[in-house]
Amino acid sequence: MAALVRDTEVHKALYVDQQVFELEMEHLFANTWVYVGHASQIPNKGDYYTTTVGTQPVVMVRHTDDSVQVLYNRCPHKGVKVAGEGCGNTGKFFRCPYHAWTFKTDGSLLSMPLRKGYDNTGFEHCEAQHGMAKVGAVREYREFVFCRLNPQGESFEDYFGESLSTIDNMVDRSPVGKLEVAGGVLRYMHNCNWKMLVDNQTDTCHPMVAHESSAGTAVKVWNEAPAGTPKPMAVELFAPFVSPYEFFEKMGIRVWQNGHGHTGVSDSIHAEYSPAPGYWEQMVEAYGETRAKEILGDVRHNTVYWPNIMVKGPVQTLRLFKPIAANRTLVESWTFRLVGAPDLLLERTLMYNRLINAPTSVVGHDDLEMYERAQEGLHARGRDWVNVARLFDEAERDQRNAVTNGTNEWQMRNQFRAWLKYMTASMPEATK
Amino acid sequence: MSSFSAQQLIDFVYAEARMLDEQRFEEWLDLFTDDGHYWMPLMPGQTDPRLQCSLLYEDKLLLRVRIERLGGQRTFSQQPRSRCHHLLQAPTIESADAARGVWTLRTAFHYVETRLDQQNLFVGWCTHDLVAVNGALRIQTKRVDLVNCDAAFGNINLFM
Repeated sequence: MAALVRDTEVHKALYVDQQVFELEMEHLFANTWVYVGHASQIPNKGDYYTTTVGTQPVVMVRHTDDSVQVLYNRCPHKGVKVAGEGCGNTGKFFRCPYHAWTFKTDGSLLSMPLRKGYDNTGFEHCEAQHGMAKVGAVREYREFVFCRLNPQGESFEDYFGESLSTIDNMVDRSPVGKLEVAGGVLRYMHNCNWKMLVDNQTDTCHPMVAHESSAGTAVKVWNEAPAGTPKPMAVELFAPFVSPYEFFEKMGIRVWQNGHGHTGVSDSIHAEYSPAPGYWEQMVEAYGETRAKEILGDVRHNTVYWPNIMVKGPVQTLRLFKPIAANRTLVESWTFRLVGAPDLLLERTLMYNRLINAPTSVVGHDDLEMYERAQEGLHARGRDWVNVARLFDEAERDQRNAVTNGTNEWQMRNQFRAWLKYMTASMPEATK
Repeated sequence: MSSFSAQQLIDFVYAEARMLDEQRFEEWLDLFTDDGHYWMPLMPGQTDPRLQCSLLYEDKLLLRVRIERLGGQRTFSQQPRSRCHHLLQAPTIESADAARGVWTLRTAFHYVETRLDQQNLFVGWCTHDLVAVNGALRIQTKRVDLVNCDAAFGNINLFM
């Protein structure tokens, strides 16, 4: 494993090798704190939502004591996924649709038909008697639910450190300090490795090149509009993508520990959106002017929470990169309503999501074309490494919570160091 | 106020699909009213394009961006270009108000989009809200409801 990650290069096997992918699912996605869902998706007792952590099927459910539980979605009897796809309310218990075994919403076995047939069979020694298995650990942070599949490992606080400030900022943008999942989720299938998407989130040197076709054309069409035409919201969202290198250099990148980091420290492409009438007054009322200014002045661009989500505080979106195979990834783009804030902000959030993250998005098309070309190109012989050397400095290895030039590939290197750390944390010495 | 026969309304829908298949996009865009929209909902039965997400909800400016981008020199995702084919069931006139000059037609379709060796089939219904503008039919809203609108898709590059 260690041989695959160098200071400034990573081996192509990280992207194309299915065996490496299987190891990622077994180790990396079990040792890290992975995003599951948002508590607003399951407000009432018995509400559930099914998803995957890595490739593991799980169900997030509101238990009778109001806690959020994350269970492997697998009947201990014959292996059937107990909770149906999507979301719903299961009442006080889950009932497997195959043989009617039932489970409390914390997973424990409640009943099974023909119970007597298990007398004197040693059933009490079978794993099935413990019901649906819980994941290793669950933690809800300001309603964002994360889990670690492995029971042992790094604590939530040590894992995320100061990076949680991006979630704080997104939640604080609501005058009542609350978010709700809203608007529907965009689902976009990518024939590429999940890490290509993660790498791209802090890749500030591609927008002016790859998105010249989409954002660049939007600017061109807008420039042809008659003078005096009010600038449409869509142009406001598109245009900053084709800002020059200098803009991205200056906006900065903050690099935290364990693969987390964000672009847009002092400025970002989300800084200049038109104000929503009434919103500023609501924020001042809720927080006071100084604090309101601080919250809204923090215009972070993309925050990567390693391994597989990206959060945009000022736009209230969360993208989840769900790994399916070495060369296949489902991208889910979720949107949030700032509870108590004007509807116009949700409208903008949804327009942003549609314009940038949909399978019909021209910006999405630009990116996916590059990912898929890379997925195929990486198979080429003669070059085995992917390069992440820009602005490398040996001193960076020991630093955490550092701010640097916005075109530094430090954050990508940070991700690969985290990749190695969590891949090997639970491996026997010889395979590290 | 202009009046249109049932056949003229139906022919308009066929002609519109043919423009797309033949990639006559400039002509196609001219079919829309100045405040017209092309809408692909994300959810079955969706009624709100503003506070519910859609796959597409585009005015003429955004449609123009899309069309100009398709032919751009640095539009790498369209090199080579996509092609498409519409197969329409006979449109039905759902409502007609000649006095106000507004008509709604519904058309079931199979739509195929291809690029390189990949061929994708999309199936659904189109709803055309048509209006008379200076004696000609124009599209106020073209709504495209895919039967699996909430499924995970790869790229959808052209117009249904």
